[in-house]
Amino acid sequence: MKVTLQRVAHTRSGDKGNTSNIAVFAYESCFYDVLREQLTAERFKAFYRGAIKGEVTRYEVANIEAFNFVCEGALGGGVSRNLALDNYGKALSAVILGFELEVPDDWATRLRGLPSKKGEQD
Amino acid sequence: MKETVRIGTGSGWWGDRISPAAELAKHGQLDYLCFETMAEATISAAQVRARRDPSFVGHDTYLEERLRAVLPACLAHGTKIVSNQGWINPDAAAAQAVAILRELGATGVKVAAINGSLITARVLSLTETILENGQPTETLAETLISAEVYLGAEPIVQALNQGAAIVFTGRVADPSLFLAPLMHEFGWDSLDHERLARGSAIGHLLECGAQVTGGYFVDPGFKDVERPWDLGFPIAEVTQDGSCVIGKLANTGGCVTCQTVKEQMLYEVHDPANYLTPDVTVDFTTAVVEQVGIDRVRVSGVSGKPRSPTLKVSMGCLEGFVGEDMFFYAGPGALKRAEIAKTVLLERFKIVDLQAEDIRIDYLGLNAIHGLATPDSAPEPYEVAVRVAARTKTREEATKVGREVDGMAVSGIAHTGKRVPFQDRVREVIGIWSALVARDSVQATVSMSRS
Repeated sequence: MKVTLQRVAHTRSGDKGNTSNIAVFAYESCFYDVLREQLTAERFKAFYRGAIKGEVTRYEVANIEAFNFVCEGALGGGVSRNLALDNYGKALSAVILGFELEVPDDWATRLRGLPSKKGEQD
Repeated sequence: MKETVRIGTGSGWWGDRISPAAELAKHGQLDYLCFETMAEATISAAQVRARRDPSFVGHDTYLEERLRAVLPACLAHGTKIVSNQGWINPDAAAAQAVAILRELGATGVKVAAINGSLITARVLSLTETILENGQPTETLAETLISAEVYLGAEPIVQALNQGAAIVFTGRVADPSLFLAPLMHEFGWDSLDHERLARGSAIGHLLECGAQVTGGYFVDPGFKDVERPWDLGFPIAEVTQDGSCVIGKLANTGGCVTCQTVKEQMLYEVHDPANYLTPDVTVDFTTAVVEQVGIDRVRVSGVSGKPRSPTLKVSMGCLEGFVGEDMFFYAGPGALKRAEIAKTVLLERFKIVDLQAEDIRIDYLGLNAIHGLATPDSAPEPYEVAVRVAARTKTREEATKVGREVDGMAVSGIAHTGKRVPFQDRVREVIGIWSALVARDSVQATVSMSRS
């Protein structure tokens, strides 16, 4: 079944210059492999639909079941130059919560929260 | 030597709450209370302000408020303070602390000020290349207002070794504020990269205050937190091997869980195996994070590599201005009115010949926060604000933005909601660039005063 990332992982973003790092943390160990396989750097960048201008590098941090996505050119030239209202990009970590993942049906009881939109099968 | 050192966070940024620091000072049984109050542009902004406002002495604007909130308890419990509230004038911060201490009747307390971070006058001769764009740093000569080196823990350790009870610094790497007390208490050598990495990781976890105790974390239905209006600031109980337990005061809101600790572990980190500080290179990929009690998380196993031969310099430059404002629509057709208002503004900017490097007009309520990343399926909002911003070379040009939004009041679209401007709608852009300098080109100094 398809679920949004929000149901298997939590996220936080941080800023440095014109780079935003968006870290994704699996709620459970078994969710981590699904993230590894499906949430590639390419798909991550594509999901931001042009809001990330530069390269996205994915760092695997297996000891804490996390991935760190380092997104260059995501902060409008740097925090102080950024014309965006959220010039630190503190809310950018919420975008990826809507990314769709294919997960086994028997995970239904382990997923966090409730389905976020119509059409999800769980 | 102490078996365990207890360190608390007094602030995680300039605007942070003050009462949780006071609670920690009173009830945290702390050995150290550390204050982090700077962002990337803080020093440069302080330089600009000091030039224009002779009454601004150049330290944290909340210095007095913070000190008065914690000093009586710190004195009573023997808690030492390490703080980067010195900004561009650590000596003035120390003088302020001495004055308050005397007023409180505490005499003979040693207060240290650490200088040496500011290298504005010689940065262009000490550095070659701007890290962000590969250009020579010489290209910043015309616009440069400040350059500061990120100092490490060593000068703070020196001050503590000399008996300082309170230490004020200018620019220091944030984790170093917390690492220094550990080096001082446990006698860690400045080249012991394993222990320094563990201490720096602890500093990294503590430096943003409540971000490790339930702040910047609540997401209803997914990550629920008790009493999120009353978050306790963190305490680390650190042992000699550099492992620690992160906790908080029992009667406070928030939580300390593996989730809050992991989120903070990667906050503002790029390569988790190579987190560079002036003291050491930290490797978080070997860390072990375990819940060992309610609101108690043990962090161990962080490893490290020797520090780099260079230090990072941050250079602030006056790059121009941003003009910004917003106005509002609601009800049926709100988004359509916002869209035509955007067209009106863009045409007006042509008519008044706005010279801008970049213009951004968003619909707050639809796409102002996520911008291009907003999905096509996002529902049409009932209320929407048109938010406009432009970056310009001159203040005069930036002022045009607010003036054209003023025109939307009586010459705009039906049902336009508008504020009478009550604040300056122009801000100065202080661009930040980075470079590297050799370690031995920078000498930190410790000056000690007594209350």
